[in-house]
Amino acid sequence: MKGRRSSSDSSSSSKTKKPQYSKFTQQELSACKPILTPGYVIGIFIIVGVVFIPVGIISLFASENVVEIVDRYDEGCIPPNYSDDMLAYIQNSDTNKTCTRSLKATKLMKSPVYIYYQLDNFYQNHRRYVKSRNDKQLWSKKHEDETKNCAPEATSNGLSIVPCGLIAWSLFNDSYGFSIKNKMVKVSKKNIAWESDKKHKFGSDVYPKNFQNGVLIGGGKLNSSIPLSKQEALIVWMRTAALPTFRKLYGRIESDIQANDSVTVIIENNYNTYSFGGKKKLVLSTTTWIGGKNDFLGIAYITVGGLCLFLAISFILVYVVMPRPLGDPAFLSWNRHPAGHQI
Amino acid sequence: MAGNRRKKHHFSRIHAFSCGKTSFKGDHSLIGGPGFSRVVHCNDPESFEASVLNYSGNYVRTTKYTLATFFPKALFEQFRRVANVYFLICAILSFTPLSPYSAVSNVLPLVVVIGATMGKEVLEDWRRKKQDIEVNNRKVKVHCGEGAFDYTKWRDLKVGDVVKVEKDEFFPADLILLSSSYEEAICYVETTNLDGETNLKLKQALDATSNMHEDSNFQNFKAIIRCEDPNANLYTFVGSLELEEQQYPLTPQQLLLRDSKLRNTDCIYGAVIFTGRDTKVFQNSTGPPSKRSKVERRMDKIIYFLFGILVLMSFIGSIFFGIATREDLQDGKMKRWYLRPDDTTAYYDPKRAAVAAVLHFLTALMLYGYLIPISLYVSIEIVKILQSIFINQDLHMYYEETDKPARARTSNLNEELGQVDTILSDKTGTLTCNSMEFIKCSIAGTSYGRGVTEVERAMARRKGSPLEEEVTEEQEDKASIKGFNFEDERIMNGSWDNEPHADVIQKFLRLLATCHTALPEVDEENGKISYEAESPDEAAFVIAARELGFEFYERTQTSISVHELDPVTGTKVERSYSLLNVLEFSSSRKRMSVIVRSEEGTLLLLSKGADSVMFERLAENGREFEEQTKEHINEYADAGLRTLILAYRELDEKEYIQFNEEFTEAKNSVSADREELAEEIAEKIEKNLILLGATAVEDKLQNGVPECIDKLAQAGIKLWVLTGDKMETAINIGFACSLLRQGMRQVIISSETPESKTLEKSEDKSAAAAALKASVLHQLIRGKELLDSSNESLGPLALIIDGKSLTYALEDDVKDLFLELAIGCASVICCRSSPKQKALVTRLVKTKTSSTTLAIGDGANDVGMLQEADIGVGISGVEGMQAVMSSDIAIAQFRFLERLLLVHGHWCYRRISSMVCFTLKMLIDKLG
Repeated sequence: MKGRRSSSDSSSSSKTKKPQYSKFTQQELSACKPILTPGYVIGIFIIVGVVFIPVGIISLFASENVVEIVDRYDEGCIPPNYSDDMLAYIQNSDTNKTCTRSLKATKLMKSPVYIYYQLDNFYQNHRRYVKSRNDKQLWSKKHEDETKNCAPEATSNGLSIVPCGLIAWSLFNDSYGFSIKNKMVKVSKKNIAWESDKKHKFGSDVYPKNFQNGVLIGGGKLNSSIPLSKQEALIVWMRTAALPTFRKLYGRIESDIQANDSVTVIIENNYNTYSFGGKKKLVLSTTTWIGGKNDFLGIAYITVGGLCLFLAISFILVYVVMPRPLGDPAFLSWNRHPAGHQI
Repeated sequence: MAGNRRKKHHFSRIHAFSCGKTSFKGDHSLIGGPGFSRVVHCNDPESFEASVLNYSGNYVRTTKYTLATFFPKALFEQFRRVANVYFLICAILSFTPLSPYSAVSNVLPLVVVIGATMGKEVLEDWRRKKQDIEVNNRKVKVHCGEGAFDYTKWRDLKVGDVVKVEKDEFFPADLILLSSSYEEAICYVETTNLDGETNLKLKQALDATSNMHEDSNFQNFKAIIRCEDPNANLYTFVGSLELEEQQYPLTPQQLLLRDSKLRNTDCIYGAVIFTGRDTKVFQNSTGPPSKRSKVERRMDKIIYFLFGILVLMSFIGSIFFGIATREDLQDGKMKRWYLRPDDTTAYYDPKRAAVAAVLHFLTALMLYGYLIPISLYVSIEIVKILQSIFINQDLHMYYEETDKPARARTSNLNEELGQVDTILSDKTGTLTCNSMEFIKCSIAGTSYGRGVTEVERAMARRKGSPLEEEVTEEQEDKASIKGFNFEDERIMNGSWDNEPHADVIQKFLRLLATCHTALPEVDEENGKISYEAESPDEAAFVIAARELGFEFYERTQTSISVHELDPVTGTKVERSYSLLNVLEFSSSRKRMSVIVRSEEGTLLLLSKGADSVMFERLAENGREFEEQTKEHINEYADAGLRTLILAYRELDEKEYIQFNEEFTEAKNSVSADREELAEEIAEKIEKNLILLGATAVEDKLQNGVPECIDKLAQAGIKLWVLTGDKMETAINIGFACSLLRQGMRQVIISSETPESKTLEKSEDKSAAAAALKASVLHQLIRGKELLDSSNESLGPLALIIDGKSLTYALEDDVKDLFLELAIGCASVICCRSSPKQKALVTRLVKTKTSSTTLAIGDGANDVGMLQEADIGVGISGVEGMQAVMSSDIAIAQFRFLERLLLVHGHWCYRRISSMVCFTLKMLIDKLG
């Protein structure tokens, strides 16, 4: 035995298999691992609760300050004799589409007052719809004939359509005119689109061509002498909404609307939402620092904060009623069901 | 070099076993028939007949892949993972317009993931390849005609080549030994790589070829070997050698296996019969069963669940999509006009809404694909490799003495280590260090030896007795001779002569010095003798004999020479005994004997064996010391010692001649029942023995074992000991390593009771078995009752069961009861259990309790257990590499298990599970 060991030692030279020491391989690097003691947990919950509840209240308050007028007009703007067949009315190009609605401001609405249209049950997020555009074509004149993905609104009579695709084709084309106390109010439609869209997505040298001159007319038409980067209504429309109910900015009223002022809106009701049963709403709204009217944020903050406080209080109660030492091995799974292994 | 000369001379006459002429019998009639069709043209591999046979070359390949098969095979392996198939389908579909996003974003992750795992495969395979290249390019001397031998690469070796293998070289293929540098054409072979046994094995060539000692002898050598086809059985071989129109039978005695090593022999000549993949060692190699951890299996389930959700989501979505699409165009009226349903492709066609829905389903499957965490597999793979590195690099698990760090052989099971519920441990070599120390003996009814065993120390410690201090003092001035821890002035240094029964003591020591199969190895420098023995017990005996004045120093084929201390003159006398027969030890015989003729001419049968077989073989007049010896044996067993009974008998000439005739004939028969035949004849002569005494050797516990077991128990891990030892020893080791404690009540289930003994002797075997089974069942039920009634108040239970009872307890109708009882007990010890029983117990625990089992062992007999358990831990100790090769993780010492499980296992589990949870959470986030 001894003889063999010594011979094998000499043959395998002095190379040892002993691992090298390093703090990493020995897993001795200093580390920090917080232990969530009851004190920490209760403290964290209380802090979260104390911070969240005031934030929620402030948010709710801000949301309450937003003045919002919503008027659904899709059914109201149908003449009574067409109420049985709204589709015929909207599809008939000869009918008078003008419609007058009067609204009332409940509170003072400070300028700027934003005008939105809200569509319902309109699936701008449909896969076919979303993809039906060509960004290259929108951006540069060079690619005018680039109409990939645009079918079936790619060409008209063999000529490529600019802007092509279903999105542009179905451009929203209701228009609103406002008068307050029988005085016409100017509606500003500038700067309603994203700055980046205007500068980087819609070319200033791209002009509408062959647009809406096919057999089927979808939505609005475009002035072919204005470049796409200036067609802000189109730019807004082309930024597709993620949900079937959405609001899009129409314009701004740059003057205050006093409380109890009556606002008369003259609507050109052109857009067909009747075939798919969608609603159309006109929205007038002011903004505060949290944006438009949005109670959800405030409620969410208050709920979470309240929950945290509740948990903190119940933990305190548990801690007071049934305290237990930290790291008690008696609570380990195998100690709770003793099988004779107590040492 | 001078030393080698001497050694050669010294070893040249050794012969432990008498090898008679073999004859054609039994299996040899099968040669040429089906399964025995191999024909080898020795020394003529280029001949026409040999080339017709077209046996494969000696090139071996252990790699999984070749250059050509790598891609198809590795890809196939990859796509056996369901998630990968899903991603492949997605990737293919992503090139169609169905895809919701671009093809690149779909294909790239799949390519990265599969590329990474395949890269790992390549790396692992490359390592194997390098090893293969090394092995295949090893050189060996091959006969190249005209009696000259030249170096050839292993890979170019052909069946029929005659090779010359030199000392300490590995055999390049399976060879038939033709001759060796020794006159008798014997050689010694170390088979550690094959079966894990460290002892040397003796092989001997046929007489017909044994005289070819020079290279030039092989110039005109021609022979034909006919033998069995390649198979995996290491211990059998049937064949015949045709030399000069003469047929000679071949047996395993002539077979040299690839991967074993030539030792103590200058060189051998052999004929190649099996090459490359045909060799027995390759036929034997099976990959370890692939084990998967619970976390991984759970993860698979989660992924299947996620996949289910994905399909459900897509299905429901598609139905609604189909309905909405169909309604888009009714009676020529467009509903959602902005989608132009009147002019559309198949994907949205309201007229064929069903088709559109099916297509949409496919799209949705891809779209929601984020639900299936493709990156998780790769992340886990990377984390596990890092964790294995941590295990391999851990200095706390490095064992200085053997220069062995821990080795995680599979990274799959790292986190499973933190989940272990039950450890099934081998005893010898695992809990104990498998080094035996001769510590006590009982001669002529008197007990000698003042050493204190580990077990006694542990018991003393437990009782708090002051014994401990004395012990430590005594320990220091002890001379450190490996295997010898005997301290008794009454018989040390020749003073035994003054004892009563001095003649018995002399015979006792003489027996120790002669009745064994060890080989002496003389150190040239200081003349000291060390021994090469089959088992550590045996080495301990020879060493003890040497230390007590009976120095065995030389062994030849026919004699054993001993330096004896002559009590009369006080000088060393050389005595030589002519060795007539060796009746070897086997587990069924549990004893070994030698028949020698002393210088005076008396024929002696010297025998040693287990008490269970020896006492019944004593002669009426040989039982003088029976009572005292039995008492001492019980004492020794209580102290955790292994005992053997020594006895002898004088034979008369006539009896011996008759025995020898029968025995030689039995040994020379080649039939399958040769062993039994020889045993039967040996049985006849091993009787009417005269008792001399008993020996006791201590099986030393490894360092830190009791502390480690204590810690593991505190962590709620159960330890079962499965051992081949007898019950008393097992119980004592159990006490020594704090597995059993004083307060415990022991439930002992044994079939070694007197009633069962008588049952066994009865004629009707089946009735006896039924009765035994009934008795085991009864004992089990009693144990169960005890378990149910006790309820902790009386202290925990310990179950001790022996192998024979275990056979019955593991039968289908009883095993549930057995398991229930075993699980209720704090400690379980199964003694006298066979390797197969070990594996069966492991499987029972694993499947029935569905808890994680870890098996730890070091020997070839633990392999089954290691492969069966959820995790197999091999101890890379003395008993060779077999256990390590089939283990998942190898450590050098039992005590490292504590760190492996409680530190690495804990951390790995925590880290892997946090990572899986985090990745899954990210998926959900992504969806939201």
